[in-house]
Amino acid sequence: MDIPSGKTRREVLDQAVIRFAGDSGDGMQITGSQFTNTVAIYGNDIATFPDFPAEIRAPAGTVPGVSGFQLNFSSGEVYTPGDSVDVLVAMNPAALKVNLADLKANGILIVNSDSFEEADLRKAHVTSNPLEDNTLDKFRVFPVELQRLTRTALQHLGLDAKSMDRCKNFFALGMCYWLYNRSMEPTVRWIDDKFSKKPLLAEANKLALKAGYSYCEATEAFQISYEIPPAHLTPGTYRNLSGNQALAIGFVTAAQKAGLKLFLGSYPITPASDILHELSKYKNFGVLTFQAEDEIAAVTSSIGAAYSGALALTATSGPGMALKTEAIGLAVMTELPIVICDIQRGGPSTGLPTKTEQADLLQAMFGRNSEAPVPVLAPSTPGDCFWIALEASRIALKYMVPVIILSDGYLANGAEPWRIPTAEEIPPIPVKFETNPEGFFPYKRDPQTLARPWAIPGTPGLEHRIGGIEKQETTGNINYEPLNHEKMVRIRAAKVEAIRQDIPNVMPVGDPEGDLLLVSWGSTFGAVAQAVKEQREKGRKIAHLHLRHLNPLPGNLGDVLKRYKKVLVPELNMGQLLWMLRAKYLVDAVGLNKIQGRPFKQNELEQKIEEMLEV
Amino acid sequence: MTTTALPPLTRKDFQTDQEVRWCPGCGDYAILAAVQSVFPELGVRRENFVIISGIGCSSRFPYYMNTFGFHTIHGRAPAVATGVKIAHPELEVWMVTGDGDALAIGGNHTIHLLRRNVGIKVLLFNNRIYGLTKGQYSPTSEFQKVTKSTPYGSPDRPFNPISLAIGAEATFVARSVDIFQAHLKDTLRAAAAHKGSAFVEILQNCNIFNDGAWTGITEKDARSERVIQLEHAKPLIFGKNRDKGIRRKPDGDIEVVPLGNGISESDLIVHDAHHPRPSYAFLLSHMEGRPGFPTPIGFLRAWDDLPRYEDVVNEQVAAIIQQKGPGNLNKLLRGGDVWEVK
Repeated sequence: MDIPSGKTRREVLDQAVIRFAGDSGDGMQITGSQFTNTVAIYGNDIATFPDFPAEIRAPAGTVPGVSGFQLNFSSGEVYTPGDSVDVLVAMNPAALKVNLADLKANGILIVNSDSFEEADLRKAHVTSNPLEDNTLDKFRVFPVELQRLTRTALQHLGLDAKSMDRCKNFFALGMCYWLYNRSMEPTVRWIDDKFSKKPLLAEANKLALKAGYSYCEATEAFQISYEIPPAHLTPGTYRNLSGNQALAIGFVTAAQKAGLKLFLGSYPITPASDILHELSKYKNFGVLTFQAEDEIAAVTSSIGAAYSGALALTATSGPGMALKTEAIGLAVMTELPIVICDIQRGGPSTGLPTKTEQADLLQAMFGRNSEAPVPVLAPSTPGDCFWIALEASRIALKYMVPVIILSDGYLANGAEPWRIPTAEEIPPIPVKFETNPEGFFPYKRDPQTLARPWAIPGTPGLEHRIGGIEKQETTGNINYEPLNHEKMVRIRAAKVEAIRQDIPNVMPVGDPEGDLLLVSWGSTFGAVAQAVKEQREKGRKIAHLHLRHLNPLPGNLGDVLKRYKKVLVPELNMGQLLWMLRAKYLVDAVGLNKIQGRPFKQNELEQKIEEMLEV
Repeated sequence: MTTTALPPLTRKDFQTDQEVRWCPGCGDYAILAAVQSVFPELGVRRENFVIISGIGCSSRFPYYMNTFGFHTIHGRAPAVATGVKIAHPELEVWMVTGDGDALAIGGNHTIHLLRRNVGIKVLLFNNRIYGLTKGQYSPTSEFQKVTKSTPYGSPDRPFNPISLAIGAEATFVARSVDIFQAHLKDTLRAAAAHKGSAFVEILQNCNIFNDGAWTGITEKDARSERVIQLEHAKPLIFGKNRDKGIRRKPDGDIEVVPLGNGISESDLIVHDAHHPRPSYAFLLSHMEGRPGFPTPIGFLRAWDDLPRYEDVVNEQVAAIIQQKGPGNLNKLLRGGDVWEVK
């Protein structure tokens, strides 16, 4: 690693939070993910929070066009992207305006001073130039002429001004690598790969990156640089993984472990589309991806694929879930194994397409006509998406049911270091197609799981008809008799309940009984875990229970809830799990609810904990 | 799937023990009989047939066929069937639908199935009415038709199903009639022989809610005057005495001309169902409703040179496996940059 020379000091830190903010066109997501990749490879634990607008390119320089990428990296365990930031890189006045409130006092602010002209300030609706007034007094401000310096570094390449300016994010990235003593090598490799067909652009980006690094070295701009040693993670081989990537490779793994073809029927929708993009790359695993004409065709094609013997899934977000409702009911009725991934976003309707929310829980639970229970699972971290994909597939295939996975925008785009399992350590998923015509009935059930046989077309002697009309028990013939209907409704419910036999009892982290239990689900895991950890270090008798299975709920949950004087359910919705727990367990739990399209800050949780404990 | 010698199948092999629940006198009975008599001839093992339907009277069809069958939800049969076909291209998938199911609620899926050329046979039973919901107008009902939901006449202009299918560039488009049993069976056989999407509109009577839906063309006396039967490589002739024909006009349009008086068969259009372009078939599909023109039945288009969708999808997978080698799970899990923690 390069060691900075001269008069600069080097300080060793446990942890740092950095945020890159600029225009949607400034390449902030790439800059952030490159920095993330580099520190992850180095061995830090990380959590990221990419935050970008729904518009592809909002008018340049305006507040709605600001795109940000936040990264928390540490030599210890990291649970959240961090409440506030140590270093803010702001590419223009709009980015500064939107993000400054999150910068810590005395924090480092790197600004592109080339973009603070009169016109730039006007676009951001800023009346006074913050670089000239006292707005930034409490920060360590480093105005850098990113545009001019980048152009100077690239002038000999013969690129036009626009192409040169597009490299300035790499100049800023180079500066940050210097600031945190990180090697540029992984990014150089990435640039070579990304621009393998455009060597001139590869050269330009690499030059800009190195120019940024050298600029810090030569000018000793910062006077200080930081070192954050590698984290003590569980030994193993690691990679950086986002939630959507994790779901994709999780399903490929599940299909391989089940010995089935994998079929994805999907219609592009933010923030789920990456699952389609990822899976469409894995055709050498026999993966069949179908970009359907709409959300309904996406799920119904999956039902068709499942009917004919594939591990079938569909991926969508809230508005798409709404459209798939009737078809999921068909999968319930015909008892076919499909997995539905709902990557939740702010709603209702189009809502906040690129922002996170957890408000589809009750839709997943109840959003179908009549009594149509469906198992519901939720991953807790980006890496956990992999394991949830396996678990959902296993449940779907074992019990012959549709299964819903509730991920969200934060998990989908966020990344963490993921300890890579070997293929051999992942257990097989047993699947049996019915082949014996002797005594065959399409709705004859396995006594333990209540699953019906999977009798796929092409199997001699098993010709039969299924459909959305109520079935006679066992024979599966159309049947409208009152008592049969009640029986079938109860069987479908019992089948979902039977899944509980596979769900381990839950054990809260923290005090086994005490003053307060926090119950969370989904992407809030990190923030809640960290808040509880800090509060316990202050001596509070509290615990944290995080649920991955939301339907059915774990068998001992009711008992666990009773062991605490108070129960707090923090959610990024109006209180949906809270509603379920109160209804099911008659527990007087209270909610902490945030509906801003953003994840919880640790601080918000700690405040609520203290309020509830009246400290 | 097994590949042993095919046991001979009969019509009986395709009948189920389910009580047929269509109204007595419904045109669907005749279609069921035709399908049950054609299926045994097709050289397909019974277990490889899959019949997929949506919702409506016609969509009850799978229950009466002793094959694999899936009675899905309203309008979505094409998408379910596409999923089956992509996952298992070797299956013989037939879809049964109606004018409401395929053209109203499922219109989107119908056109996308056809433009993709998925190897599915689509039988659209067109009775120009909503039967199962007891008598509302459908997307094929006539303009100003009085129905339960349009007591003062329908303001909607109808779809012409075969025009729609040709517009979506379906590679096989044919029309037959429930009571023309021989013609219907021939049409079904031809559809079965087609590899790509085969779209067959079957004009069907609903004797309860729209009785006489097609009497204008099915009445014994009117039949030959008002219907033209399209056969590949034959001139376009119709009329009780085969005394009328269809001729190209200099402007590219078509016209009905009486034969004789200097106009002979050689002046008429010789039907070319195998033309790769859909424009000519579209022109023919639009004859009905034009004064003096007959309603076409038979084969409007049967061009089978386009690869089936499911084959394109699966051949791509096979090619990638060939090129990259079969997927290695450990390699997949370790994709991207990895590092060791000790």
